[in-house]
Amino acid sequence: MDEALLRTLTPTVIGVLGRRGAGFAAAEDAVQEALVEALRVWPDDPPRDPQGWLVTVAWRKFLDAVRADTSRRRREIVVDEEPARGPGAEVDDTLQLYFLCAHPSLTPASAVALTLRAVGGLTTRQIAQAYLVPEATMAQRISRAKRTVSGVRFDQPGDVATVLRVLYLIFNEGYSGDVDLSAEAIRLARLLAARTHHAEVAGLLALMLLHHARRPARTRPDGSLVPLAEQDRGRWDTRLIAEGVEVLQAALARDRLGEFQAQAAIAALHADARSAEETDWVQIVEWYDELVRLTESPVARLNRAVAVGEADGPPAGLAALAELDPSLPRHAAVAAYLHERNGNLGTAARLYAEAARAAPNLPEREHLTRQAARLNAELRS
Amino acid sequence: MAKYLLLKHYRGAPAAVNDVPMDQWSPEEVMAHVQYMNDFARRLEGTGEFVDEQALSPRGGWVRYDGEGRPPVTDGPFAETKDLIAGWMVIDVDTYERALALAGELSAAPGAGGKPIHEWLEVRPFLGAPPTITE
Repeated sequence: MDEALLRTLTPTVIGVLGRRGAGFAAAEDAVQEALVEALRVWPDDPPRDPQGWLVTVAWRKFLDAVRADTSRRRREIVVDEEPARGPGAEVDDTLQLYFLCAHPSLTPASAVALTLRAVGGLTTRQIAQAYLVPEATMAQRISRAKRTVSGVRFDQPGDVATVLRVLYLIFNEGYSGDVDLSAEAIRLARLLAARTHHAEVAGLLALMLLHHARRPARTRPDGSLVPLAEQDRGRWDTRLIAEGVEVLQAALARDRLGEFQAQAAIAALHADARSAEETDWVQIVEWYDELVRLTESPVARLNRAVAVGEADGPPAGLAALAELDPSLPRHAAVAAYLHERNGNLGTAARLYAEAARAAPNLPEREHLTRQAARLNAELRS
Repeated sequence: MAKYLLLKHYRGAPAAVNDVPMDQWSPEEVMAHVQYMNDFARRLEGTGEFVDEQALSPRGGWVRYDGEGRPPVTDGPFAETKDLIAGWMVIDVDTYERALALAGELSAAPGAGGKPIHEWLEVRPFLGAPPTITE
């Protein structure tokens, strides 16, 4: 069965129900029910017209739900709770869904869940599995999110920046369970990029493609992390890199620079180097300068210190690091790396151990512990 | 979102404010306590923040590998074990501050005299998955 097709059709079908007068919350519920039924029925009995099938079943689910609300008064509230849009309105339903699901009134976790369901066409169960929470919890998170946006008009343009933030979060979650969230984020970013001419949408898509290209080389079969410098670049996906670079160049040509384009430019420079030694660190530092200017982000400053260490030598990197707050996440890890490059192995070993204790996830902790162990063994011999 | 473990101890935590052993409460006080805990979990399910809760028996022992082909060695339980975990709740929340606020509410569960126990709960962040974008 073509589950990908099912996902692609989801926002369209929600849009169709919206045009017929269903409010967002009710339409989304009905389409989710139709989706679950499709997953059950289609493998044995594939429809000739998948979209028509979904519209028919979802509309019936919607009408059932309305009828189930026995009180006529309640029924009017259901239909009136959100302004329905009449036919012929010149609005892109799918684009509006992106804006609604990433509405600023939602918490990041709610926006992520709602986007994956209403725009991504994932079932509640799949989203719950991806985020390792019970299905009931995820169902509640989604219905609360829908209540939160229930007063939002469905036909006003939203803020692209909040949508990008949500897609970035989904991409960064990576792969867990049977849903590849990185691939899903790329799919949603492509869909969005096809509907807007926003340079940062292209910037984020390029960033995702360039990082996704490295995925085969990022981890060993046992799940441990391979640092960028040690990755087998022959395993990077050259097709994704080529696409990412092309998307990025088109975005940069629009001359509306933003943080995602700057990050993508850094990823593109890494992708461009055939070996770690050939990396153009001087240009990478320049892009980090742009990124710091655009975002004031302490994480960008920390990564900039690493790049400065590569471009101008470890002492310069340490000098750049000295200007930053030592309580920043991963500060000790960066300090350890620069100290080792500078030949201070004892200090580096101590800092790697400190960084391992503060690591926010298991693969990083194990990587840092191995670094400390490697240096301590070297110091003993 | 990040997951946190709210850890409840039989022993090992600093003394609670309302520090009366549960077997000294009235049956109604015990029921009120259980009701509070259940309501709390259901409410977190409703806010989309609940992941798991489990209670542990205070009984149990120590076990370790004793070499190829030999059965594992067991020992204990030790009556003097300083740290004895009673159970946990796992939550999935937006911020550390939210985790602290929820742990605070859980610690207010009623005990003897129907008054909050003010027991100390340990809040521990999970080690999650590494982010895809690292530089």
